[in-house]
Amino acid sequence: MSALLEVRNVTLRFGGVTAVDNVSFEVNEGEVFALVGPNGAGKSTLFNLISRFYDPVSGDIRFAGESILKRQAHEMAGLGIARTFQNIELFEQATVLQNLLVGRHRHRKSNMWNELLFTPFVRSQERANREAVEKVIDFLDLQAYREKYIAGLPYGVRKVVEMGRALAIEPRLLLLDEPASGLSVEETQDVAFWVEDIKSQMGITVIMVEHDMHLVSAVSDRVMALADGKMLAIGSAHEVQTHPKVIEAYIGVSDENASVVA
Amino acid sequence: MRTLFKTSYDTDINLFEDWQQAFWYLLLLAAMVALPFVLDDFALGEMTHLLIWALAGMGLMVLVGQTGQASLGHAAFMAVGCYANVLLQQAGLPFILAFPLAGLISGVAGMLLALPMTKLHGIYLGIATLAISILADDLIVILSPITQGVRGLYAPMIEIFGVSIDRYGNPDRFYFLVLAIVILTVLVYRNLLRSPLGRSFAAVRDSEVSARAMGVNVAWTKAVSFGISTAITGLAGALIGHFTGIFNNETFNLILSIQLLLMIVIGGLGSIHGAFLGAAVVTFLPQVISHVRDWIGGYFGATSATLPGIETAAFAAILIGFILFEPRGIYGRWLKIRTYFQLFPFYRRDMFKRQKSYLKTERMR
Repeated sequence: MSALLEVRNVTLRFGGVTAVDNVSFEVNEGEVFALVGPNGAGKSTLFNLISRFYDPVSGDIRFAGESILKRQAHEMAGLGIARTFQNIELFEQATVLQNLLVGRHRHRKSNMWNELLFTPFVRSQERANREAVEKVIDFLDLQAYREKYIAGLPYGVRKVVEMGRALAIEPRLLLLDEPASGLSVEETQDVAFWVEDIKSQMGITVIMVEHDMHLVSAVSDRVMALADGKMLAIGSAHEVQTHPKVIEAYIGVSDENASVVA
Repeated sequence: MRTLFKTSYDTDINLFEDWQQAFWYLLLLAAMVALPFVLDDFALGEMTHLLIWALAGMGLMVLVGQTGQASLGHAAFMAVGCYANVLLQQAGLPFILAFPLAGLISGVAGMLLALPMTKLHGIYLGIATLAISILADDLIVILSPITQGVRGLYAPMIEIFGVSIDRYGNPDRFYFLVLAIVILTVLVYRNLLRSPLGRSFAAVRDSEVSARAMGVNVAWTKAVSFGISTAITGLAGALIGHFTGIFNNETFNLILSIQLLLMIVIGGLGSIHGAFLGAAVVTFLPQVISHVRDWIGGYFGATSATLPGIETAAFAAILIGFILFEPRGIYGRWLKIRTYFQLFPFYRRDMFKRQKSYLKTERMR
């Protein structure tokens, strides 16, 4: 297995605050990699760095062996990096179907002129897009919501649509920002199954920020713990949970109560 | 209650979802074609005016309703289209070439002006586009040698393959010309909505952050939207030039820009129907007001001289009413009424109520 994503000595500062401090890690093709840590640890910031919303002060981020720092945020989808947002950033005034179809934008081969004339080529492209989106709808059981507007959907469904839209991109690397936050126990179990399937059936590498340690230990191959922008530990879910530094970051004492983290 | 059974993906791709819907639109089209044989010249002129307004409204709708970018400067692009059309014809080009070229020039102008403004949002974009509208007025005066400035230009008679079209001489021909252009624009607009470009517009409108994450080049998409929008508005401007016959720097003033924006808000943002309904309000409101004014005047002895600015006041009152009670405009109201009857008796009052979105704190604006 080769490293699909390499983050090398990346640092990001907001004014005087060092949000990400000299962090390095590698994510292998085909694994589920989880980022854990207390609030403000820099997990989402790391996501924003990988999806090129932020420019690092120093360090390098390489995807499939090539540095992505020279590229812009909107080129990431084209490379095959898809992401979801912690606070749900769906297109509210559009239907679930239209939201998922926007995910197909990277596969667009038509241009403005033949789209305005809606040539047969555009039509066949639309059919292909629809077919790809329907696969995602089947996978995530969204059939009942296909024609519904996002603005009227419950939170749990929005979370799933958010994931579906990222899957519609057909990425190589999927960044899931707290896919289970605010979900019920059953919905979280669904997410666990989906992440498993995304990895094993679709062969998509997943990086996941998640606070729910049950979910993290259930699905992830490796876990990295962060606190205050620094990497604390990296390894299996169990190794990270019992790591003294991680326990210290969460609880503040060096021994005892290790189970509280879980 | 009508139930639509979708048996192929094409149902969602086609222009009409079924023959029933197609039938109603064809009926509407037939009625529009029949109008010149029913209406007198004045009423036909008003209908032509309505269609031109609707065309301009569709132009602005692409930008405001589809892409979510406010513009208070679209009268400037009507001016660009209008002057380009007439000047090209004066230079010897036939209407059939000058007219689409005028749209192209207006579109390119819009796109070039939009490129530096793509980082602006909301009120700042409004101010920037407002500046365009004010500048256009001055620019027409400054360029007097070409534009004749305050004195104004006369629109030449349109001639297409030997058929002369004159707004006063043969209003029915002019009406058909405008109708044809409007129908073509509606088709192009519909194509836009059902293709990836239209979806990327909606993506930029609803969330720029995730639009970028989906691979949409936000700045470029905004510029393209500006371009398409100003091209259509420019075509409307060219037609207005032929409609009024004479125009100068004051024809396309700031008030027109604002009126265009109000028109699509009243009609219903985000739908082609909205542009037409809004245009109907703008066209017929002055007529209604003048009738009402005569009627009230009969009771109180007031004339138009004692009631100045009543049109603007009525327009403003209607707009405030819509923003307070029906932000989705006339078309939004119509959708509610239609749903009420389609679902009768199962319509719920809160069916169209929008759920407050969660946690919009991370919006990078």
